[in-house]
Amino acid sequence: MDNLSELLHGFTIAVTVPHLLLMAIGVLLGILVGVLPGLGAPNGVSLLLPLTFGMQPVSAIILLSSMYWGALFGGSVTSILFNIPGEPSSVATTFDGYPMARDGRPTTALATAFGSAAFGALIGVILITFLASWVAQVALAFGPPEYFAVYFLAFASFVGMGGAAPIKTVVALAIGFAIAAIGIDTVSGSVRLTMGVDELVKGVNFVVAVMGLFGIGELLVAVEEEFHARAVSSKIDWREVFRAVGRLPRHSVALLRSAAIGCWMGITPGGPTAASFMSYGIARRFSRRGRYFGTGEVEGIISPETADHAAGTSALLPMLSLGIPGSATAAVMMGGLMIWGLNPGPMLFVDQKDFVWGLIASMYVGNIVAVVLVLLTVPVFAALMRIPFVVIAPLIVIICVVGAYSVSNSYLDVVMMLGFGVVGYLFKKLFYPLAPLVLAIVIGDKAEDAFRQSMLLSKGSLGIFFANKLVTCLIVGGIALLLLPLVLQLTRLGRKPAPSANETTAQEKVII
Amino acid sequence: MGRTSIFLFSAAAAVLAGTMPALAAWQPQKPIEFVATAGPGGGTDNLARAVQNIITKHKLTEQPIVVVNKGGGSGAEGYVYGKASAGDPYKVIFGTSNAWQQPLVSKVAFNYTDLTPIAAMAQDEFLLWVKQDAPYKNAGDYLKAAAAGEFKMGGAQSKDTDEVLTRMIEKAGKVKLTYIPFKSGAETAVQLAGGHLDSHVNNPSESIGQWRGGTQRPLCVFSPKRLPQGPKVTATEGWSDVPTCVEQGLDIKQYEQPRTVWLPGKVTPEQAAFYVDLMKKVQATPEWKDYIEKTSQVDTFLTGAEFDKFIKEDLEHVRQVAGEQGWLVK
Repeated sequence: MDNLSELLHGFTIAVTVPHLLLMAIGVLLGILVGVLPGLGAPNGVSLLLPLTFGMQPVSAIILLSSMYWGALFGGSVTSILFNIPGEPSSVATTFDGYPMARDGRPTTALATAFGSAAFGALIGVILITFLASWVAQVALAFGPPEYFAVYFLAFASFVGMGGAAPIKTVVALAIGFAIAAIGIDTVSGSVRLTMGVDELVKGVNFVVAVMGLFGIGELLVAVEEEFHARAVSSKIDWREVFRAVGRLPRHSVALLRSAAIGCWMGITPGGPTAASFMSYGIARRFSRRGRYFGTGEVEGIISPETADHAAGTSALLPMLSLGIPGSATAAVMMGGLMIWGLNPGPMLFVDQKDFVWGLIASMYVGNIVAVVLVLLTVPVFAALMRIPFVVIAPLIVIICVVGAYSVSNSYLDVVMMLGFGVVGYLFKKLFYPLAPLVLAIVIGDKAEDAFRQSMLLSKGSLGIFFANKLVTCLIVGGIALLLLPLVLQLTRLGRKPAPSANETTAQEKVII
Repeated sequence: MGRTSIFLFSAAAAVLAGTMPALAAWQPQKPIEFVATAGPGGGTDNLARAVQNIITKHKLTEQPIVVVNKGGGSGAEGYVYGKASAGDPYKVIFGTSNAWQQPLVSKVAFNYTDLTPIAAMAQDEFLLWVKQDAPYKNAGDYLKAAAAGEFKMGGAQSKDTDEVLTRMIEKAGKVKLTYIPFKSGAETAVQLAGGHLDSHVNNPSESIGQWRGGTQRPLCVFSPKRLPQGPKVTATEGWSDVPTCVEQGLDIKQYEQPRTVWLPGKVTPEQAAFYVDLMKKVQATPEWKDYIEKTSQVDTFLTGAEFDKFIKEDLEHVRQVAGEQGWLVK
């Protein structure tokens, strides 16, 4: 195995005292920027970038990538504890993570999230190790129609899954698409939907939308309820950290499925956000306890977290081998590569073996360092939940306001964030689902670009979506996922008129 | 001498130190913000960070510098921000020719006249790239093939530098190209490598990795003379081996993208002079040479009347192309 000996060589580079120290520093800084919403991994990495100019490239990338791992973990903390996702990819973690934490089990929620995240990352890096050259080829096969098909698949796997009334899902999606359309359109270059507000030309930043929708929205709902009851008395129990991690193997099906989805989306490159949503959607449909999703299910945390980290890790591969960044953070790191005098691209693997394999080896070690450090902090973070709501609530407002402002030092963002808070509140009150809205805001414009680029390529013929095996499979898969609930419903209806007495009761139990 | 008098003495010294340079020339008194009109990792962002790094390393000013990214709306976010900061000499905007081209073709709420031009530093070249295994060996073959079938040309953004150049190629080569806009040059390069496009017109730094890796190669450069000799990119060729497009019968003599530096409008001439001087000092450092070489750009420095003339000429040219295409906004 060629790759294996290269990897061992990489370990001799990564596992040295200065590099291990750099990893620990990077991870801790990363957790910090991940926990502070509005800062996030891309900003954190770009702040650190100038410090690395004097370093060896391999040391620099180890520091930056460790920071990335730390931030990915840190981003889950606020999602679970306060319902404020720091990164687009940790939105899906809030769906079950937050209810579980509110239920008095923050330690379990955090430990489960970190454990499954580490598993996802590990699978991602194993994939990179053994399939590097093959994976690079897969990504090349993706033109605009294939990109669109991947996004379509992500939407389909998430949207049709029920929960809310289908029409409400469609409405939420449509609003999301409209928000994603604000700003300059890539394909025509024209300014859309700015409604005379000059600053809106930049579009609506995801962080601003999500902090309002989730952070402030949840707060408004909470204030309306009896808020004295909302302080959670959670027991700080170190053993629970290990127990939660120990219980993970019981969900091996969910873990493996999510890791597979994550790797696939990371390579293709649908990205970690699409991966986590898709994984959550599919888990909800196929899990035996699917209908309890949203109330604090363990698999509802495992699925998005595993997929997120598997995708986040494997997304570094297209960056190295093709020079196309799979995420915002990867884009910043790529800028770094150029400044260090390395050109990302196929030749990196030939010219810069020490760099590439040192980095890959550091992904194994860095993730282990990260998960150990982050598991140690679980009780500390969980203790935050004991702080009474009257103290936490203003803090959440402050975090959201500062976070929204720091995105681009803009007051308008703060106003929009509060506006999104009201939208989030209304959505909850009227039982509209927030997830499709967020998904559409995050990948709606990318899907639109890909669709219109495809139409330019084909001169307006939809046949381009069935032009080769790859794109046909993706599209057919998406349509199947979309129609599955409908078909299930129809078969149920079909069976209902003439069942035996026993079957009826069994059927009813399932529906209830 | 008691503690008070020491304090008074040092306070007086501080006041003196503070006012003295102000008599000679304007000096910044608080932190300076570099606004990159692009997202992290792009060419403009790299420039802003490289300049920041050089200034900090050589202590060219006492004040700390922070880089912020305002790349929304193809850079419009950063320019609008510059316009809104009129009179504030602590905001330096880093951009491209976008500053005067974008207002021509989209309804953005700024124009380059809202800003104070400081300098154009570094020019990025454009090349015509095709897939490695494409049958054509030079621009003439390419044009012949393009005339027969409808070629797909990729580029970054719509009605921006890449599309303007594409339309110029159509006209000069009497061919019809389908232009597909992507978010960035890097994305376009990958699409060409995957065979989803026939060609693109990326800057050297956007495709150098792909060239070295043997997935695509340049046919010609849109420049009056060949590029300066640098280190070899592939085993046998370097930038200076790429013929000019004119040599190969594609009559577009010059097309370049300057990296531009601006202050907000309504700043004093002294304040503008300080930054012109600062950028000149940056350009004289070895680190700057290193940056230029690594990103395969051309080192230039236009300021004052020269810069103005450059803008006017480019503007005239783009207005003509945009007018023919029907892109102009009222």
